[in-house]
Amino acid sequence: MGGVDQTKTLGNGFVTTSLDKLVNWSRASSLWPMTFGLACCAIEMMATGAARFDLDRMGVLFRASPRQADVIIIAGTVTKKMLPVIQTVYEQMPEPRYVIAMGACASSGGVFDTYSVVQGIDEYLPVDVYIPGCPPRPEGLLYGLMKLQEKIKAERNTFGAAIGVGDVVQPTMASSV
Amino acid sequence: MSDQAIVEKLKAKFSAAVLEVVEYRGETTVTMAKEPIVEICIFMRDECGYNLLTDLCGVDYLGKTPRFMVVYNLYNIATKQRLRIKVPVEEQDATVDTVSTVWGTANWHERECWDLLGISFNGHPDLRRILMPADWEGYPLRKDYPLQGPDREPYQGRLS
Repeated sequence: MGGVDQTKTLGNGFVTTSLDKLVNWSRASSLWPMTFGLACCAIEMMATGAARFDLDRMGVLFRASPRQADVIIIAGTVTKKMLPVIQTVYEQMPEPRYVIAMGACASSGGVFDTYSVVQGIDEYLPVDVYIPGCPPRPEGLLYGLMKLQEKIKAERNTFGAAIGVGDVVQPTMASSV
Repeated sequence: MSDQAIVEKLKAKFSAAVLEVVEYRGETTVTMAKEPIVEICIFMRDECGYNLLTDLCGVDYLGKTPRFMVVYNLYNIATKQRLRIKVPVEEQDATVDTVSTVWGTANWHERECWDLLGISFNGHPDLRRILMPADWEGYPLRKDYPLQGPDREPYQGRLS
């Protein structure tokens, strides 16, 4: 133990990593998305939430208020007129917050390569997971949500960041593809 | 009353304003001068029974003069007849008198026409953008407007 700096309250010790895991498990198991649909992707999102695919079993409950939401699923075409609304909703969400770009339009503008459409929401919001498809099937959205859960579970120092010591260390995602 | 009879009635009343009458596949289109458009519309509504304005839109014929057309699609609910009135509009003087006083529905249609084509309507009670964001610059439905927006390089095909 001689080489380890004992004055650091949060290093790589046993207790700290366990609390990280607890925090990560809690966050990954109760991903509450913002109820926010923009286009046909929202129909698939609703289908994913309904009885056949049943998002509730994964702890994913749609919330009608950004104050209660952890993740926003950009489900559809983002027009430049709608962009300020999305940015406001995103800013109203408490941290930690995550963004899923669902479908071709949210990821890249899709077929709408025009003056009125944002060419990918990642120009404005930090996207965690991109889901391909036009629109993606519910299985695709489920897979994207599970990828986000994997990403959350791989975060480090989440407990430390929650009590104000240091920042969350984001995982490198190359290993989980 | 047939379409021809209504056109004859229109010619009798506004003989100097009727520029062209076209009938194509049972649809009658009358091109008229833009100055008396409000009187024409009141006449069509009150004397000819066209009590519904189904659509009002603008067309950009880039390269032709006059460049724009404003199109009024009229409908007579009682007799189920349709009539189309077109009004040429110069690029330098892209204004038409509003017909929102004749049919209330023209209010939003004229706003859309101004929003996307830049044809303004004299006497309109509330002429502001309706589809584009309020701070948008330019008129995107004009043929010389860059499709992908003025701030982007135009797409040159898949090899660009």
